[in-house]
Amino acid sequence: MIELIDVHKTFGDNAVLRGVNLIVPKGESMVIIGGSGTGKSVTIKCVLGLITPDSGTIKVNGQDVTKADRDEFLTHFGMLFQGGALFDSLHVWENVAFRLLRGRLKRPREEAREIAIEKLRRVGLKSSVADQFPAELSGGMQKRVGLARAIAAEPDIIFFDEPTTGLDPIMAGVINELIREIVVEMGATAVTITHDMSSVRAIADDVAMLHDGVIQWTGPVSDLDSCNDPYVTQFVNGRAEGPIEAVR
Amino acid sequence: MIGAVASLGHATLAAIAALGRIALFAASTLRHMFTPPFYPREFGNALLTIGWFSLPVVGMTAIFTGAALALQIYAGGSRFNAESVVPQIVAIGMVRELGPVLGGLMVAARVASSIAAEIGTMKVTEQIDALVTLSTNPMKYLTAPRVLAATLTLPVLVAVGDTIGIMGGYLVGITRLDFNSATYLQNTVNFLEPWDIGSGLVKGAVFGFLIALMGCYFGMHSARGAQGVGAATKAAVVAASVLILASNYLLTEAFFAA
Ligand SMILES: Nc1ncnc2c1ncn2[C@@H]1O[C@H](COP(=O)(O)OP(=O)(O)O)[C@@H](O)[C@H]1O
Ligand SMILES: [Mg+2]
Repeated sequence: MIELIDVHKTFGDNAVLRGVNLIVPKGESMVIIGGSGTGKSVTIKCVLGLITPDSGTIKVNGQDVTKADRDEFLTHFGMLFQGGALFDSLHVWENVAFRLLRGRLKRPREEAREIAIEKLRRVGLKSSVADQFPAELSGGMQKRVGLARAIAAEPDIIFFDEPTTGLDPIMAGVINELIREIVVEMGATAVTITHDMSSVRAIADDVAMLHDGVIQWTGPVSDLDSCNDPYVTQFVNGRAEGPIEAVR
Repeated sequence: MIGAVASLGHATLAAIAALGRIALFAASTLRHMFTPPFYPREFGNALLTIGWFSLPVVGMTAIFTGAALALQIYAGGSRFNAESVVPQIVAIGMVRELGPVLGGLMVAARVASSIAAEIGTMKVTEQIDALVTLSTNPMKYLTAPRVLAATLTLPVLVAVGDTIGIMGGYLVGITRLDFNSATYLQNTVNFLEPWDIGSGLVKGAVFGFLIALMGCYFGMHSARGAQGVGAATKAAVVAASVLILASNYLLTEAFFAA
């Protein structure tokens, strides 16, 4: 379970998070929606400790993340970054097996490579991709490699930051389906950030809407269409008129 | 008037704060350099890119510098009938000052920029964040191997540069200035003291440390976007060059002041 309690974060005079409260139950797939630049990425980076909140508490499985043993803590997480964030000096398989090649999960290179190839196959990539460099792959393939890297060490909690942004609708559908399958078969807790409604419907158990630095609405995905929160209806229907300023 | 003084004060404070941050970064780098985990693969790559691939640049710089130096010393020396000191002064000038300083500056241009651009790009494309989430400390994985490799390889590059620089002077000496080949070499070898060479190598190690440190520091603190990386790269080269020249003066004072 992940709990965020009154989390604030300001960059210079840009107050991005102004009291975020959110609970993601264990084993659930939570999707955070919201416009670009509303602080969705900042929110999950706070959970991972990549950004330190100015105030507020974040707990994972009841433990305050600032008091956890960082190394141990991070072994429970997998993250797919918005831009993929693959290491371009390393082969695809070394990216996927990164965690298995060093640190506390270290194992022989041969074994790590086999696991990497298996994970690549799981996301629909051929083993011939393993020895290429990330720059040689298309956007959709890079996303899949990122996905394979995120699940390589079998994490309990996975974050997906805009998994379908920049992909064509068919590839987006494929990635959505993959994420859903992986989350279900691993039984992991998942938090996905997106502003793509098809992703929301494919991936979410629960949805949270972030706007103006706070969670405006949260509820099960089945309530999304019937809810009458003005922020949610404007976002879901993609209207220019509503409480969300269209020109920012 | 008061505005001018105030802004000067601000600029001074900002510079001192920046130096403080760099000092803290250096201390942290040293700590990570000597505590596990170590990343031998990264270290090996850094040795190759920083050391081996800098050899041509350092060699070219040294040979032309040594050659020009020989001509100038001959011209200067002839004004008081001391042309014969060319071998000795070329040697001491190369090994004590020009070898380390010019080699250091050339490597700064080559290496500080590429380290800053590489790490800066990793920063803005979230690769540094990715490292952290994969339980890998970027200071240990990126900074420590590069700084260690530069500190160890720069003295070697300086030694190579010294040799090639002296050879440049020698070639000009015997072809253009009518020196006898054997005498030129004899004079060079007899004249140089071990510490002449050793002090230059120590300088090289210090410069190597500073070069990689500046590349890593400005890369890690790169602002977002391509412009951020560009600014970081420029800042790394400027800072490394200035620190090389400043520390060269301080080291020369420490080693040779009467
Ligand atoms: N490291 C940072 N330094 C300064 N500003 C930042 C940083 N990270 C994010 N921001 C700002 O915070 C806001 C939210 O960013 P982000 O969380 O990336 O948005 P999104 O909801 O699209 O993921 C943006 O205005 C962005 O400029
Ligand atoms: Mg984002």
